[in-house]
Amino acid sequence: MSTLNHVTPALEGTQPAYNFPPYVSSVARSPRLPLVLLPETLTERCGPVFGQGLLLPDDNDLTAQQGGDPQGERIYVHGRVLDEDGQPVRGALVEIWQANAAGRYRHKVDTHDAPLDPHFQGAGRALTNDDGYYCFKTIKPGAYPWGNHHNAWRPAHIHFSLFGAGILSRLVTQMYFPGDPLQPLDPIFNSIPDEAARQGLVARLDMERAEPNYALAYAWDIVLRGRSETLFEEARR
Amino acid sequence: MKGTEVWIADGSQTVGPYFRIGLQYLVERAPTLVPGAEGTVTIRGRVLDRDGAAVPDALLEFWGANAEGKYGSVASGTDFPAGFYRVPTDGLGAFEVTVQRPGVSAAGDGRSQAPHFLVLVFMRGLLRHLLTRVYFAGDESNASDPVLQGTPDERRGTLLAQPVVPGSTLMEWNLVLQGADETVFFAW
Repeated sequence: MSTLNHVTPALEGTQPAYNFPPYVSSVARSPRLPLVLLPETLTERCGPVFGQGLLLPDDNDLTAQQGGDPQGERIYVHGRVLDEDGQPVRGALVEIWQANAAGRYRHKVDTHDAPLDPHFQGAGRALTNDDGYYCFKTIKPGAYPWGNHHNAWRPAHIHFSLFGAGILSRLVTQMYFPGDPLQPLDPIFNSIPDEAARQGLVARLDMERAEPNYALAYAWDIVLRGRSETLFEEARR
Repeated sequence: MKGTEVWIADGSQTVGPYFRIGLQYLVERAPTLVPGAEGTVTIRGRVLDRDGAAVPDALLEFWGANAEGKYGSVASGTDFPAGFYRVPTDGLGAFEVTVQRPGVSAAGDGRSQAPHFLVLVFMRGLLRHLLTRVYFAGDESNASDPVLQGTPDERRGTLLAQPVVPGSTLMEWNLVLQGADETVFFAW
């Protein structure tokens, strides 16, 4: 009988703390007792795999889902999903959601006084191809106010949810846009202590992918934890 | 730090209050299991914060083995992974999910694990998701589970779903984010 290794904690400074008082709602919702080391069993080494049949044809085109063109600046958001060896993660499920161009979410608890767009739902999803590549067509989301502190505004961002090779690769994060002056003021963005890690969440303007007279493009590669292909204990049926 | 020899995994950011826009679809496209059906167990509970207030905007994801104790298969006839369940809390901070009861599974070192799920906890206020596990009270294999038995004695009970009446497949499990009854969460 060998012993199980513990799950390796993330590299210092690259992940936010659970309790981060500048982000006010973290205080009552974060644990205070010591986190327990987790032996890395097969449960942690394996992970769910999603099939193409779960997706609908327009799931990666947020401008084509509601029967008309949404208001705003049309953009592509694309990139590769990679593991910690820089290898592509194939078949990774990428789920996104965002505010519309006016900074309003299509959600009942969003009471921001900005217009909804009847042609924009704000949700997309895709599976990466064999190069780990994903691409969404959408519109650039607007900044919006929130209640964290006086005159608090979120920088423009797109929410990303990813599944990688194993369940420990799971990542929910936000992609930001280059040159946004609200970023240094945002406690959520600033919750990642390491400057380089924080800047890793900022996409790059990509004029090669931009389509003249049609749409700008932003490139964002995403690195997930983990180093191996998804482990299967049995063939897929 | 991208492009260097060691690729640093990207930082987490909160799922925020509006995640249903992007994540609810999977709940609806998942195969549904009928509570009480053969081989199923229904886990219900509430997510509670420091003040005992229910959290109405949490999202839980359950990951576990199938009934034979195997991981990573796709549910028969669908593109949906077996052993994976996503459930948001409702306006009262409550959740209820009916799952295939997992079997005893391999730990990977020759030992076996009691039936369990790894549970990922997302919500506004959590900049990074929490990891915990849920086991089934009364299962005799719990006593030799290498993860469960590695938790502090006085806190182990926070990982046990309890049947509403003895022998029931309806189990209750509350998640407590902070305080005296704080659920065991794992470092990762």
